[in-house]
Amino acid sequence: MLIKEIEQQIVEEFSIFTDWMDKYEYLIELGKSLPLIKDSDKQESNLIKGCQSRVWLNAEFKEGYLFFTADSDAIITKGIISLLIRVFSGRTPQEILSSDVSFIEQIGLKENLSPTRANGLLSMIKQIKYFALLYSVKK
Amino acid sequence: MLILQHNYLIMEKLKSIEKIRTHFSALEQSVNGKPLIYLDNAATAQKPYCVSELVNEMNTRINGNIHRAVHELSARSTELYEGARDAVKHFVNAREREEVIFTSGTTASINLLAYSLSSISLKKGDAVLISEAEHHSNIVPWQIVCDIHGAQLRVLPIDDNGLWRVDLLDRFLDSSVKIVSLAHISNVLGIINPIKEVITKAKLVGAITIIDGAQGVVHTKIDVQDLGCDFYVFSGHKLYAPTGTGVLVGRREVLEKMPPWMGGGDMVESVSFQKTTYAQIPLKFEAGTPNFIGASALGVAVKFIESLDAEVVENHEREIKDFVFDQLTKIDGVRIYGDNSINKIPLFSFTVDKAHPSDIAMIMDKMGVALRSGMMCCEPLMKRFQTESMLRASFAVYNTLDEAQLFISSLKRAINMLR
Repeated sequence: MLIKEIEQQIVEEFSIFTDWMDKYEYLIELGKSLPLIKDSDKQESNLIKGCQSRVWLNAEFKEGYLFFTADSDAIITKGIISLLIRVFSGRTPQEILSSDVSFIEQIGLKENLSPTRANGLLSMIKQIKYFALLYSVKK
Repeated sequence: MLILQHNYLIMEKLKSIEKIRTHFSALEQSVNGKPLIYLDNAATAQKPYCVSELVNEMNTRINGNIHRAVHELSARSTELYEGARDAVKHFVNAREREEVIFTSGTTASINLLAYSLSSISLKKGDAVLISEAEHHSNIVPWQIVCDIHGAQLRVLPIDDNGLWRVDLLDRFLDSSVKIVSLAHISNVLGIINPIKEVITKAKLVGAITIIDGAQGVVHTKIDVQDLGCDFYVFSGHKLYAPTGTGVLVGRREVLEKMPPWMGGGDMVESVSFQKTTYAQIPLKFEAGTPNFIGASALGVAVKFIESLDAEVVENHEREIKDFVFDQLTKIDGVRIYGDNSINKIPLFSFTVDKAHPSDIAMIMDKMGVALRSGMMCCEPLMKRFQTESMLRASFAVYNTLDEAQLFISSLKRAINMLR
């Protein structure tokens, strides 16, 4: 499946919710199935610090594809991270670099990406793109 | 003249919270489909009509650069700006109007004091005293200047209830301490600190005393002469006035010894390439074109506050504080920082077991409740209480008991979703 198709799937999943509480309940559920970063990988170097919540992100490059594991101390952030990983994990660096995260806005979570230095989520997306850039020049 | 005859300046005492509320248009809106319950007043407050109307009036009509020209618009703008200085002088009971300096806020005021005072009062081996509960704006400027001058930054600890360890004061306060800078009320703990006691002791060792009144000016009646501090600083935007405004009240004796911080127009007496002389206070510390529209509106804001029945406001704040404290402590797993005491204002920073502050804040936002989550710009204080972040609800004069009840019920609902 293409990244765009997965994003579309996610947008459709969320469109059945009319109430905000239901969306957040769903995100909380999704957060429980996040591919968790190993505790041993929860180091300073993998910590993306924000004032709102802490986010850990680990990337592994295998046979041309990037795989991500992550964690956060905030559940809703975990839910959104699990969506991001669903979209970006197991992809080539080129695919990641050429896509955007507009689906987050489409499911109505734009405020979670407000560009404050406090935003661990926004920093994580930047970090994913950074990894993609890094590995796009590796063989 | 339109503004001086404005109703708000000769208001009868506003005696009911419902009536006070009607002056704040921002409170009438809905967010996420729910009526706004704005409980982030410690971050910034909403503005009454008299403030926004003056700002609009000046932006659209009464606008001319102050202190400079002789034309009509300049004269009227100057009158409003200097009238605001008189209003603030009255509001804080400063000795003279020249001791009231307009700045762009508390942070700018503290930076001004740090740079200017340290250049004459701080040398290698000297010390500056702050507390463990200070806001970054009352920590970082001192770190910077202590670094520059080789001085030491001393930190007065707090106890687990959030109270200053005044019992340890003698250990921290000796004659090498040249500057003491402390918050009147902590923006996290919400406790009115015993500043008079500390100011008295600080004076005995010859230290200059500075009080960060960003929260203090909002919740207590300020009398700088009674407090006895050398400097009292605060922001306009938490005091129902526009952003980008602030005040530094200082005693003449100290101000006159201080070199200017910013140089430029209006703060000079004469300029030549050989020698420049400076203006007298307050203008010595008001370089460039100030936010004269904002400051004029600050003057109106303090008059508005003076029109509120003080007893009604005090009783109301106490009623809300007691209610919220009582209800919060009944929720399982809630820890409040800053003990409830007679000196606590209606400001509650807390954590909830197994529920992250940002998750709770996000959910409550969808219910129309505006709270603050994070470090409140007090990272050392967070570490002291061994938490990464907290949740804060801070009530202003226009918040009602109904809103407090909705805050509690929404909080319980959010917690249930997360636990």
